[in-house]
Amino acid sequence: MMRFGYGLAACLLTLFLWQGVVWITAVPHFIVPSPVQVAKAAFSNRALIGHHAVVTATEVVMGLIVGSVLGVVTAILLARSARLHSLVMPVLVATQAVPVFALAPILTLWLGYGIASKVAMAVLIIYFPVTSAFYDGLTRVPADIMDMARAMGGRPREIMRHIRIPHALPSLATGLKLAAVYAPIGAIIGEWVGASRGLGYLMLLANGRAKTDLMFASLITLAIMTVLLHMAIGQLSQYLASQTELPPQEKFKTR
Amino acid sequence: MRQAPDITVQGAHHIQGVRLFGPVDLHIPAGKWTCVLGRSGVGKSTLLRLIAGLSCAGQFDGVIAAHDGAGLAGRVSYMAQSDLLLPWLSVLDNTVIGARLRGQAPDLPRAKALLARVGLAEHLRKKPGALSGGMRQRAALARTLMEDRPIALLDEPFSALDASTRADMQELAAAQLGGKTVLLVTHDPAEAVRLGHQIVVLSSGHAQFWRVPETPPVRDQYAPETAQCQAGLLAHLRAMT
Repeated sequence: MMRFGYGLAACLLTLFLWQGVVWITAVPHFIVPSPVQVAKAAFSNRALIGHHAVVTATEVVMGLIVGSVLGVVTAILLARSARLHSLVMPVLVATQAVPVFALAPILTLWLGYGIASKVAMAVLIIYFPVTSAFYDGLTRVPADIMDMARAMGGRPREIMRHIRIPHALPSLATGLKLAAVYAPIGAIIGEWVGASRGLGYLMLLANGRAKTDLMFASLITLAIMTVLLHMAIGQLSQYLASQTELPPQEKFKTR
Repeated sequence: MRQAPDITVQGAHHIQGVRLFGPVDLHIPAGKWTCVLGRSGVGKSTLLRLIAGLSCAGQFDGVIAAHDGAGLAGRVSYMAQSDLLLPWLSVLDNTVIGARLRGQAPDLPRAKALLARVGLAEHLRKKPGALSGGMRQRAALARTLMEDRPIALLDEPFSALDASTRADMQELAAAQLGGKTVLLVTHDPAEAVRLGHQIVVLSSGHAQFWRVPETPPVRDQYAPETAQCQAGLLAHLRAMT
């Protein structure tokens, strides 16, 4: 609750500074609108913004789900086979060197102007962080515990299920929190490149018509959505952490 | 329980061409406690890991075999200095983790009975984080007993415990692991003299058997012959380089 209070105070402070700068510099409202103008625009266009926000939210959530599932499955496969890991990981890292922005036009060409290309963008942008974080957790089980599991005659599949996956859940939570922030970026880029719906499309449209206040209202809506998503994932990861209660690492001898 | 076998370890261990220990010729008698002492880095844990069939650095040349001719794999349980309890599982679930890892249905009534034997009947549902160090090591002992392997390999399992808890755990382990072939690695001469049917002092050159008192373990730590044996052992260890 304390943290929430500080967050609110920081927001209010920013708004006051913003309003102050607009007053003092008397900058034209089509360059920088004041918070009051943005609030007015947001209110009068609430149906329009809401409609486009739902589209973007759908893209982001679908992208998050698909990307996370793909990332989780990939991480498990890579963690099970060292050979597959050395084969696939360099390729994955190399794909990260390609800016996702550059892929947006081609994805639109392949998947069309609808929701699919935006979901694909979100998936592409979060796939690697989720895979990488979960893989790290899966492969960093303390050596002593793995020794014990092997001495017990454990099967690889059961060791994965009962030890490696539970141990990696906090790492997965870290990856998902990153993904919650990245996924909207993917969706927005997709909408910029080619769309007729979504907050990214609305921002571009408003910008082109010098409706800067509407553009800001859309931007703030997107920011609020992203923060809410991040908080929701944070709650989820706290739940995951409470399930595993991972102690400090120094408790284990690592060889 | 399946019959506990005698074990023979003959050979030497090298890491990158440098001798860690050996050549040794060790006979570990069935159903008895053998305590291995030696200075740090002499390869005590390596010896234990070799018998357990776990990976370790370097190369062992020689023979590690059970006298009954059957392999050691699947007949060994392993207890380490840290309790190795999984923090996200309850005490009961930790006790039956072996069966789960083998894809078998766990025998929960037996696990509960074993936990009662080590004094944890009241704590079945607790997570390891809610237990004291001694309780955690007792849960680890219950997990080892649950495996019911004829050979128990113990790598300094009591060394992180306070003195009185350690004495309790030693007695409990001696009682509960009776009849098994036990190999205990320890750095504590008092523990070795208290628990060992035989004591082996490991050095880089060889393994030397140390005479233990005539009395059966668990020995009274303050009996004259026990104290004398401890003192001699400690002096010998300190004299080693």
